[in-house]
Amino acid sequence: MSNSVDLRPASTGQRAAEGTLERPMAQAQPGAIVEPEGEIAITIENLSLWYGPKQALTNVSMKIPARKVTALIGPSGCGKSTLLRCINRMNDLIPTVRIQGSLYYHGVNLYGPDIDPVEVRRRIGMVFQKPNPFPKSIYDNVAFGARVNGFKGNLDQLVEQSLRRAALWEEVKDNLKKSGLALSGGQQQRLCIARAIANQPDVILMDEPCSALDPIATLKIEDLMRELVKDYTIIIVTHNMQQAARVSDYTAFMLTDEQVTGQLVEYGPTEELFTTPKDRRTEDYISGRFG
Amino acid sequence: MQESLPITGASAQLRGAELERAMRKRWSKAPFERLIVLSLWLCGTVSMITTVLIVLTLAEETRAFFMEVPLRDFIFDTKWTPQFEPAHFGVWPLVFGTLNVLFWSMVLALPLGLAAAIYLSEYAHPNTRRILKPVLEALAGVPTVVYAFFALTVVTQDILRPLLGQDRVPIFNALSASIVMAVMILPTIASVSEDAMSNVPRELREGAYGLGATRLEVAFRVVFPAALGGIIAAVLLAVARVIGETMIVAVAAGSTPQITLNPLNSVQTMTGYMLAIGLGDSARGTVDYTSIFAVGSTLFIFTFCANVAANIIVKKFKEQYE
Amino acid sequence: MSAASETGTPFTLKATGHVARRQRLSRMSRWVLFSATMLAVFVLVYLMQDVVRLGWERLSWDFLTSYPSRRPLDAGLRSSLLGWLWLMGAVIVMAVPLAIGSALFIEEFAPRNWFTELVRLNISNLAGVPSIIYGILGLAVFVRGFDLWGITLFPSLGPTILAGALTLTLMILPMTIIASVEAIRQVPPSIRDGSLALGATQWQTVWHHILPGAIPGIMTGVILAIARAAGETAALIMIGAFAFIAFDNTSLMQSFTTVPIQIYNWTTLPQEGFRVNAAAGIIVLMTLVVGLNLIAVVIREKFRRSW
Repeated sequence: MSNSVDLRPASTGQRAAEGTLERPMAQAQPGAIVEPEGEIAITIENLSLWYGPKQALTNVSMKIPARKVTALIGPSGCGKSTLLRCINRMNDLIPTVRIQGSLYYHGVNLYGPDIDPVEVRRRIGMVFQKPNPFPKSIYDNVAFGARVNGFKGNLDQLVEQSLRRAALWEEVKDNLKKSGLALSGGQQQRLCIARAIANQPDVILMDEPCSALDPIATLKIEDLMRELVKDYTIIIVTHNMQQAARVSDYTAFMLTDEQVTGQLVEYGPTEELFTTPKDRRTEDYISGRFG
Repeated sequence: MQESLPITGASAQLRGAELERAMRKRWSKAPFERLIVLSLWLCGTVSMITTVLIVLTLAEETRAFFMEVPLRDFIFDTKWTPQFEPAHFGVWPLVFGTLNVLFWSMVLALPLGLAAAIYLSEYAHPNTRRILKPVLEALAGVPTVVYAFFALTVVTQDILRPLLGQDRVPIFNALSASIVMAVMILPTIASVSEDAMSNVPRELREGAYGLGATRLEVAFRVVFPAALGGIIAAVLLAVARVIGETMIVAVAAGSTPQITLNPLNSVQTMTGYMLAIGLGDSARGTVDYTSIFAVGSTLFIFTFCANVAANIIVKKFKEQYE
Repeated sequence: MSAASETGTPFTLKATGHVARRQRLSRMSRWVLFSATMLAVFVLVYLMQDVVRLGWERLSWDFLTSYPSRRPLDAGLRSSLLGWLWLMGAVIVMAVPLAIGSALFIEEFAPRNWFTELVRLNISNLAGVPSIIYGILGLAVFVRGFDLWGITLFPSLGPTILAGALTLTLMILPMTIIASVEAIRQVPPSIRDGSLALGATQWQTVWHHILPGAIPGIMTGVILAIARAAGETAALIMIGAFAFIAFDNTSLMQSFTTVPIQIYNWTTLPQEGFRVNAAAGIIVLMTLVVGLNLIAVVIREKFRRSW
């Protein structure tokens, strides 16, 4: 390994800190980033992020289409989860995080002054890698968001609709008082999706939602995603390329290499990216040569 | 230690029965080692012997007490006046003295201790917590005789009496003991509850934040209920400490056994009575002497139940997330 | 690439209405909770400065070297300081090997069976037994002597330093064992396996590898326990250490008194002069307790090892 490795973190950090827009050494090949058409839900511009002194994202720019499934793929450590968590400001909860660049949600800068993370998260919901139902009843899990948000309508109806949309209603309608922890892993994850839906969000972020599930449960969640995308913008992080190919309309490939941590290498319609990748590194990854 | 450096040494050549014998465990092989293990085993039994001794002495002297005083009087009489004629030995006035101080110290310490736990676990920056938690825990290390001094001379004489009036606050009262007791047990409640809250999986917090909950809502609606088992255990440990605490109540609460929960009354707790007798030199076999064991047994049963309940809950709670 | 045009957006992400209220509440709660956290600390600081103001002037060489007296200004800590030193010395000598031995037995040598489980459970329950119960245990067993079916298991020692030290040793034993067990557990199993795989016996492994790694943790726990024993009052009063001592202790078989007991005595006397004496005594006691705690912290920080 050359000694440039030792210099990397400091030098890239420095450059980003100075705010110059010079692109990092290893650039995406021309044309590797294809802007999606139609309505744009989220626009990311030159986003860089540091955990303390450690950089995790470098100059990521992309536009995420509304009411489509966008998949973030890449080997572990490439920054895809970090990027996802920027979109609903979950990274705010880590004290040492520093962010540069901008993120627009329908034209509103998510990191602008006065922007309230609670408002952001109400509109941009999230489903996590490990199903994390609260140790409360199924009903209370789904109703949680509505309750903290001071929901005035018919709570029973909201819970039922959310569970129906999450394709869980038929399985739990007789046991709404049962603990959410008593469900199977796949059911728990659908409960978490129902919980997110009950908040009536616009965007749903999913951080490897199927990695803890068996194949049948995974299939159910994937079907659900295709169903939900008629109304919601879905962004999913996955390490499973088949899954990305199956469920997503657009795919972004991210990578951490020797020069740059957390860069966006290629982004475009899923079919194009998987059949005719424009960047050598994307091709290497999807053909299984590394990662 | 025997040294046998060459691999082809004599012992390596042994086969069959000889080899088997050479490899067998035997006393004579390592007498020193065996002696050590034996002495460590003896050390290990000391704690068991302690428990046996506690139970034996309490049982023996309590039995002697009940030879003189019927158990029925102990439980159903409502007066505790061992020094007057006719002597009464109803334990309730002493129990109520303890409950009085317990109740009021909990009223003060519970909200403050839980607030501190929530602050440290959900709000404080990690660095703040690293400094603040040991500082808070240091409150538990202050000798109780110091707290006793505070209760009598500072809280009663310099604060309560000027504040509420000389005639309303007797020099010995349950309130001053309760206030100081609250300061003493606050770290127990805060520290153990904080541990329980910190053990609530991060995913639960993130789930709630992801749904647009504020920090306050995450703390009270998600973390607090999820950590409830550990919090209850913390409270039970604190209860056991209050019940067993002696110096503060002996100095500040007074020596008037009575059935009341009024904090401005002078009361005598179980421990307060025991210490009062301990100050004198009562001969073995007298009712005075055996009565401290009878009261001690009552006290022991109370604290034992609280401790066992706390341990069981802590154990249950640990399993929940593993 | 300016998607930043905020014109014409039909919504806002600034906190409004309900959310603004909730966020205000949440931000306020931070200060409320912080104040509650600091309240107890402030109360203690206030009380301590009160004591220091009251007792500071009484603190002098004479105060430390005079015997107790009926007149506040003549009274001092001499006999209680000496009794204290004797007592703590005896406690250390007895408690430290006992604690380490028990912990080693439980962690390293005891077979994993129901009896060992019982021993563990018993220790955690003993840790919650009030000190006054240890006091009456010491009174019944060590001071008065313990006979069972006509056989003397413990001779009667009277209210002596030895009886007090035995009582306090039993009292702090659970704490010290728990701390030692924790320290021993911190030594990773790989070290133990490595040593055993080289053909070392169990004791050799413990002596050469486990103990050296665990000693700082054990020391920290032991010092904190000693600090607790040093401040103990109730248990010692129960065994009869509430005595007027006007001589210097020279052996373990003498009656004695200690600084906390002297403080208690002065606190209960009505004259203002004794209240001042008690405050001065508290300064001495707190200096020792805080000092011991600081030493424990220093040891913990200095020897903190990342395996």
